Amino acid sequence: MSSVESKTGDARTDRVFFIEPAQGRLSLKLLELWEARELLFFLVWRDLKVRYKQTVLGAAWAILQPVMTMVVFSVFFGRLAKVPSDGLPYPVFVFTALLPWQLFAYALTESSNSLVGNQNLLSKVYFPRLVFPLAPLLAGLVDFTIAFVVLLALMAFYGIVPTLAILTLPLLVLLAILTAMAVGLWLSALNVQYRDVRYTIPFLTQFWLLATPIAYSSSLVPEPWRALLGLNPMAGVVEGFRWALLGKGGGSVSQLVISTAIVGILLIGGLVYFHRMERTFADRV
Amino acid sequence: MNDIAIRVKGLGKLYRIGAKAERYQSLRDALVDALKAPFRRKEAVPTLWALKDVSFAVNHGEVLGIIGRNGAGKSTLLKILSRITDPTEGCAEIHGRVGSLLEIGTGFHPELTGRENIFLNGAILGMKKRDIERQFDAIVDFSEIGQFLDTPVKHYSSGMFMRLAFSVAAHLESDILMVDEVLAVGDAKFQKKCMGKMGDVAAKGRTVLFVSHNMAAIQRLCRTGLYLDAGRINYCGSASEAVARYQKAFVSDGAAVPDERSVREGDIRFIRWETIRADPLLPPHSCQSRDQVVFKFTLVSRRRVNEAAVLFAVWSLDGTLLLAAGSRDQGREPFDIQEGTHSVLVRTRLPLKAGLYQLDISLYASGLGQLDRWTAEPRLNVLPRLDTQLAESWHGLLNEEVGIDLVE
Repeated sequence: MSSVESKTGDARTDRVFFIEPAQGRLSLKLLELWEARELLFFLVWRDLKVRYKQTVLGAAWAILQPVMTMVVFSVFFGRLAKVPSDGLPYPVFVFTALLPWQLFAYALTESSNSLVGNQNLLSKVYFPRLVFPLAPLLAGLVDFTIAFVVLLALMAFYGIVPTLAILTLPLLVLLAILTAMAVGLWLSALNVQYRDVRYTIPFLTQFWLLATPIAYSSSLVPEPWRALLGLNPMAGVVEGFRWALLGKGGGSVSQLVISTAIVGILLIGGLVYFHRMERTFADRV
Repeated sequence: MNDIAIRVKGLGKLYRIGAKAERYQSLRDALVDALKAPFRRKEAVPTLWALKDVSFAVNHGEVLGIIGRNGAGKSTLLKILSRITDPTEGCAEIHGRVGSLLEIGTGFHPELTGRENIFLNGAILGMKKRDIERQFDAIVDFSEIGQFLDTPVKHYSSGMFMRLAFSVAAHLESDILMVDEVLAVGDAKFQKKCMGKMGDVAAKGRTVLFVSHNMAAIQRLCRTGLYLDAGRINYCGSASEAVARYQKAFVSDGAAVPDERSVREGDIRFIRWETIRADPLLPPHSCQSRDQVVFKFTLVSRRRVNEAAVLFAVWSLDGTLLLAAGSRDQGREPFDIQEGTHSVLVRTRLPLKAGLYQLDISLYASGLGQLDRWTAEPRLNVLPRLDTQLAESWHGLLNEEVGIDLVE
């Protein structure tokens, strides 16, 4: 054991850190973040592993949740309320929208609670704080991938063949993730100081679900107002998903542009706010 | 690259104390405060300098012991130096990669197995995956958890958990290691192993900042010591001096030591003393609390004395007689002392709390009265036991085992 250690024991890294009181400087410490990538990986792995270990159904939950929601929506909105679905079979119509939504809702919730939930780490170990809200985003992607297989099966069942537009899907997934990240950065930092945030999140996601064209189509909204629906970035994502996979949908390019712009603004603001607050996390949490 | 590993200049940390800081603020409070703000003069929030004007430097390869009472700012200092929290003023400059160990087992997840936790905890402490893989066997060996490697740690005994946690931490290979009171882990045997490991780390020329309440550990591991008192540096220099000052501060300041009436120039006298140590690592005039100990007093006599008796006493520094025992009332035959040098061996067991004590030895002979009385120099340093938390033994004079059971 000691022979191995002595090999590296003397190797000093020629790195100098300066520790000073917080100043207005804004650096996101991207190098540090890059160096913490393995840790990020381990935290994602921990979240997934623990979640699946503690549940009987394990990874099946990733499928069950959206499928159950789809069934409920199909029965109440599709069958009973006869909500128009742009000429698509309602189950596929709603499931295509539910996938990015669930990714977003999970990522947002977990990310917002990430700092408070990792109090112990926060006050005892140093590594880039951004790792905390980032980890749930990646963990959400794993669930998303599992559920995506179901979507492909569902599309095959209804005989829907995706067009080349499917190639834009990764970008839409990215937009969903960035939306969750943007809001998650704000909320996680706020949560450290105001625990009210924790109780606001379930309400927020519920409200947001209804404001997003998941159970209904954007085409229900009269034309001049439709682009404004894009103020909700998830509207752009959801309609984008329908367009990319099913070739139809009530979305529009202007809607998507507005969504992207909103996310950009929120994200930059979130990063700045998070950065400004992160130096006090350990004292406040 | 110069030889300085850490340079700290005028470091200070201000904490807001009182009701407000104790619980997290709710949004409502913040809103109410914001509304009230224009109508109210600014209230002075009670504050506390947890650290103030702290400046020192540590060379590469130095092992610095940091001591002080609870709340003296030791942990705050380590937190600032490991970048967990920001200083309010001052600055620090750190050359090299820092590994800090403010608590062992941070980030351990009870649902994960020992193997999984080694990787997770290693990554959290800043180890690379390939380093963990390379050291994996060493970590497992050191922790002695053996067959339980693939058992979720929630099923571990607390001893096993701590051993595993310490093992991961002990294999952290940073240039600078900061350790906060983590040696009080496991049973006596494992503690010895931990101390050994820390000694190895220090011997390898790595820079170590070591916070502990365990004066024996500080004295064994560190050459230099930093004594913090209420957020300020009381002393920075040799470890033994720092420990001595710290312990002195605990014992009453008025050193009403037993009066010095000994006849130092007599033709029969005690000249020096030492502990016969079972553990050669212990400092010479010390013993571990509650351990069997033998004090050897050297007596020089220029004449014969018949039927002599020895009286041995232990005093606290504030002049309380803690223990007195005469050879006669302990059932010993009177001694006949020849000319020459003799050793008087005193065997006892001192269940005292850690600190400095005054030994006092005198020689009597029938018909002649007191021949010599010596207030032994240097004083006896009672070291805390490695297997108990020192903080607990500060209460009361004694540090004795107490069995407390609940009987149905």
